[in-house]
Amino acid sequence: MNLLGTWIAAGLTVAILSFLYRDNPFYKFAEHLFVGVSAGYWVIYIWAFDVKPMLIDEFLRQAGVEKWLLIIPAVFGVMMLMRWVPRTAWISRWPISFTVGIAAGLALTAQVQGYIIPQIQATLLPLVSIGKTTSETIARSFNNIMIFVGVVCALLFFYFSREHKGALKVGSKVGIIFLMIGFGASFGYTVMARISLLIGRLTFLLQVFGLR
Amino acid sequence: MRILDRLAHIDRRLIFLTIGLAVAIPIIMKLKMPIRISSEVRSAYETIEDLPEGSVVLASIDYDATSAPELTPMFRSFLRQCFRKKLKVVYTGHIAIGLPLAQFDLDMIATECGAVYGVDYINLGYRPGYTAVMIGIGREIRDFFAVDYRGVPVDSFPMMEGIHNYGDIALIVDFAHGLAAEYWIQYVVSRFGVRMFACVTGVMAPTLYPYLQAGQITGIIGGLQGAAEYEVLVGQPESAAFGMPAQSIAHLFILAFIVFGNIGYFISRRKK
Repeated sequence: MNLLGTWIAAGLTVAILSFLYRDNPFYKFAEHLFVGVSAGYWVIYIWAFDVKPMLIDEFLRQAGVEKWLLIIPAVFGVMMLMRWVPRTAWISRWPISFTVGIAAGLALTAQVQGYIIPQIQATLLPLVSIGKTTSETIARSFNNIMIFVGVVCALLFFYFSREHKGALKVGSKVGIIFLMIGFGASFGYTVMARISLLIGRLTFLLQVFGLR
Repeated sequence: MRILDRLAHIDRRLIFLTIGLAVAIPIIMKLKMPIRISSEVRSAYETIEDLPEGSVVLASIDYDATSAPELTPMFRSFLRQCFRKKLKVVYTGHIAIGLPLAQFDLDMIATECGAVYGVDYINLGYRPGYTAVMIGIGREIRDFFAVDYRGVPVDSFPMMEGIHNYGDIALIVDFAHGLAAEYWIQYVVSRFGVRMFACVTGVMAPTLYPYLQAGQITGIIGGLQGAAEYEVLVGQPESAAFGMPAQSIAHLFILAFIVFGNIGYFISRRKK
């Protein structure tokens, strides 16, 4: 059974990779199979880990107010499903509003507390940072200056209230260089990630075909 | 000149084939290469090494099959390090189809290290809600995970005794291919003060460096390179370390394609 599963996985991998040559029925089959299996899997998983233990089982287990409070998420869930019927689709806006409201509230504090303030603090660095040795002092100071210049110049690039002339133009040009280096690093990492996926699949295929 | 012209308009299928061979040949030939350990991976490794025996580590599985080649080696090395250090691992996550995938590795490494379910590790399974679950654990983990992934009450397991919220968790390690690592930092680390490091795909790694620089996380293990470094540190090089020669050779070919493609492009533009 395990062997059969391995060969099915190998066949589907080859079918997906065949798209690199051109679109074909094998690729289409594998793609549709993946979408269907994933959707089916999600349905079962949501039922087994969400609806049943957190709603049905909890309703049967709880007593008093907590038991009846569970009716609220149950009703919201049913209201969400109203999207399937065009005439009643508007009802789903209420639970959506509820979830959007919660998400926005949570995100607001998280962004300020967990991103904006710590990142600003981490940017307010001494331009000359004394280390244990001279080389360490130079390296740390250089890093801090780079962070300072990078942040200021990148912000200048996004300052649109005044025409980029003179010092502002120089600053924004330096900002572009920092941004480009950032994009380049992201692109390099992305290439590495894609090649890693290819390595994973090819290693699997080569093992199946006995070449590794 | 004609050669450069041709290189600028090379058939993309030829590029795919070349990259395919550049990856396959080193794998078949089982090439090896030295792996240099970066400071961010060493720092992540030492974060676990510094934990006292019996500490609780929460592992969040926020990836699925699409990122398994990068993240599976990290997860295996992480489990080996934790079980050897006699740490308690709480396993959960926010991607429903990722949890059963990583569970293969959890069961395999637990067997290899002699870890016992319910004593050394527990699988809490998946709960929807994402950030709401992350924040909710800060109050009481049982509010969301009253039972484990098989429906067994968590209070029936000895390791869950005394584990209620982030105050009882020494470290969070997120294995993510999306924004989950950032959510953990923003919603949990900054709010509850838990230590954390992230194991992420190459695509996500650059977005986390500002958090590392700000001291919000203790380390980053990024992409196959990071996974290979971590495998070496844990002392059991496997798929990531063996994949690095293929990775390096493929990168050289991609660099060559970019350089020749650009030369050809500029020459053809000058002609026009």
